Amino acid sequence: MKRRNWVGPLLVNGILLLVVIIWTIPTFGLLVSSFRTRFDIQTSGWWNVFPHREWQTVATSDPKALGLDPDGVMTIEGVQGTFEQLRTGIESPDGSTRVIWVGNKRLGTIEVQKQVWTVTWDFTLDNYKQVLFGSGVVANNPDGTTELLPGQDMSQAFLNSLAVSIPSTVIPILIAAFAAYAFAWMKFPGRKTMFILVVGLLVVPLQIALVPILRDYMALKLNGTFLAVWLAHTGFGLALATYLLFNYIRTLPRETLESAFIDGASHFTIFVKLIMPLSVPALASFAIFQFLWVWNDYLVALTFLGVDPSYKVLTQRLADLTGTFGNQWQLLTAGAFVTMLLPMIVFFALQRYFVRGLMAGSVKG
Amino acid sequence: MEQTGAVEKKKPGKVAEAVGWLGRLFVAVIIPVIAFVVIYQGFIFLRDTQAPRWVTALVAIVWGVGGVALLYWVFNGIVERLPDAWTQRLQPFVFVGPAMAILIWYLALPAVRTFYLSLFGRDGPPQGVGFFESFTTDAFVGLQNYVAMFTERLLQESLRNNVMWIVFGSTFSVLLGLLVATLADRSRFERVAKSLVFLPMAISFVGASVIWNFMYEIRPADQPQIGLLNAIVVALGGQPFAWDKAVEIAPWNNLFLILIVLWLQAGFAMVLFSAALKGIPEEIQEAARVDGANEIQVFFKIMIPHIMGTIITTWTTIVIFTLKIFDIVWVMTGGQYGTHVIATQFYRQSFTARNSGYGSAIAIILLIAVVPVMIYNLKQFREQEAF
Repeated sequence: MKRRNWVGPLLVNGILLLVVIIWTIPTFGLLVSSFRTRFDIQTSGWWNVFPHREWQTVATSDPKALGLDPDGVMTIEGVQGTFEQLRTGIESPDGSTRVIWVGNKRLGTIEVQKQVWTVTWDFTLDNYKQVLFGSGVVANNPDGTTELLPGQDMSQAFLNSLAVSIPSTVIPILIAAFAAYAFAWMKFPGRKTMFILVVGLLVVPLQIALVPILRDYMALKLNGTFLAVWLAHTGFGLALATYLLFNYIRTLPRETLESAFIDGASHFTIFVKLIMPLSVPALASFAIFQFLWVWNDYLVALTFLGVDPSYKVLTQRLADLTGTFGNQWQLLTAGAFVTMLLPMIVFFALQRYFVRGLMAGSVKG
Repeated sequence: MEQTGAVEKKKPGKVAEAVGWLGRLFVAVIIPVIAFVVIYQGFIFLRDTQAPRWVTALVAIVWGVGGVALLYWVFNGIVERLPDAWTQRLQPFVFVGPAMAILIWYLALPAVRTFYLSLFGRDGPPQGVGFFESFTTDAFVGLQNYVAMFTERLLQESLRNNVMWIVFGSTFSVLLGLLVATLADRSRFERVAKSLVFLPMAISFVGASVIWNFMYEIRPADQPQIGLLNAIVVALGGQPFAWDKAVEIAPWNNLFLILIVLWLQAGFAMVLFSAALKGIPEEIQEAARVDGANEIQVFFKIMIPHIMGTIITTWTTIVIFTLKIFDIVWVMTGGQYGTHVIATQFYRQSFTARNSGYGSAIAIILLIAVVPVMIYNLKQFREQEAF
């Protein structure tokens, strides 16, 4: 029995730690890489920011001065090998020293290297300057040349994402709250049929709507405008919003409402002055859920915002970068982090509301 | 004094009456007109503006949010000025009408329209032909698009991949979520651990694709690997591997895309399970332990049955979610290397290949796949006493 008392928690925390580390590493690697220079990213893994052992040259010598014959077997610093072997480097039997031939056969030098502990900590903000301000960055290549790297301005896309996300969050909430109030507190013909429609549409995949709505938008000349995307997100989020808010507003005490009625308040006044303030927890939960959903959406923006670069949102810009600069990791890592910044802040600041919204609204079409 | 006042109110002068009437007219007609003009002007401004982009963004936000609020206020104002009986009759529809109109326009009608389109060839029903006549034209192909879906190699591949996504994606997410929820429940570091596992939920699929592209990055064998997974493989003496783009192991390379969804969704499952586990009365577990049950028995005989409802809901949610998976495949591989799924095929057919009939048929298949869940939701709703 005694033994189990510490083996249990150790096992539990051990496995948990392992999962947490595995889950965090991908994001962490991205974050670290976004601060590394272009050259570092391309030539070494991001984990080199941790202490690691690396070969470092301790002595350089001219093979001619040592009297070596490049065409035969050479012996230097206790290692033996031909030119070809030396070109890739030969390690001494105890692994502490490596001898490497740098350059060509006639003019090359011989370097003796030792393994030392080191960290690669050459951090920079250039990547963020490139993606946030679109400023070109002069990169110093290790061979002494310089190169002008063009900027990829994502600040416009950031603003577009805001201009898409905020109304796409507030509008469905407003419309859904009115409807939820009517379903919960008003009597009118067709009430039940309408609510059955809301429940039935909860899980309808939005793909079903893309082609017909796109046709409507073309006819209305709405295509490529923010209004088109707001309405689309409103349409696709409304069933869930109505359902959630109805479930909440229904549970509010009926007496408050009735006493307000006796005081002569209209439905509209009760809704604005009484129901909305009382529903803040439910509104906040759905708001965060919907905001993250819209901010992170790619398909709806891709379909309705189209190809005009001045209207593209962050996810589109990032996906474009992946397509055209798939190996420019200094751009992609910083760009990805720019898109993740706001959701992460929302997530950490309002996690409790987010979780609640998620639990209530896990089925969305 | 009070009585006089009341008497005076009952007999307003002609002028006062006219003023009151004008006021009503103003409220009922002029204000709505002004409101619509303001909203329309905002629309024109946004469409044609050359203003600095942050101004445009700000105006767009204020216009969009304010415009909707204004519309409700105006319509409600009109209805409240009607005779009481009419107010009572119409007000509910002012409240519920916009929501219904949008739901019908954006989801209910499109389902019917998409089905109609799916019965036609690539250009849809011919222009200028009536609804009933359209079925007699050459463009009408009946169920051919559906037949093609289940016979064409690429579509069959997508269906197979989607089945893989659904089976592996949902199962792994649920199992892992359950594991982390159970472990976290017994750990002192519960909050931190749950936060970190949950964090990927805040990341977009496009962002997640970049993150995992970086994890999967492959370099020629003679260069240093900058992708973590290949660095590990090479350090262990292996050859660099293409992971999700490794067409030689197809269809199993799909698993490396599914892994991304597992990374994103395990936290979601964990949060739901964690809440459910907290709802199990402590006494039941304690009673079982006193009776000599070990932890594993407690887990399988008490906890699992207790949260079975949550497990089924979560599992269903992730199934629906993986059924529609699009962004990850689109950004990671673009459907190459044998990784197309239904939603990417839908996008490709509808918007790239511009074959609206075929694309619509694919969308209808997605809809049919969620019908059982829809029926279940409606059944649940009917059983509630709410209505």
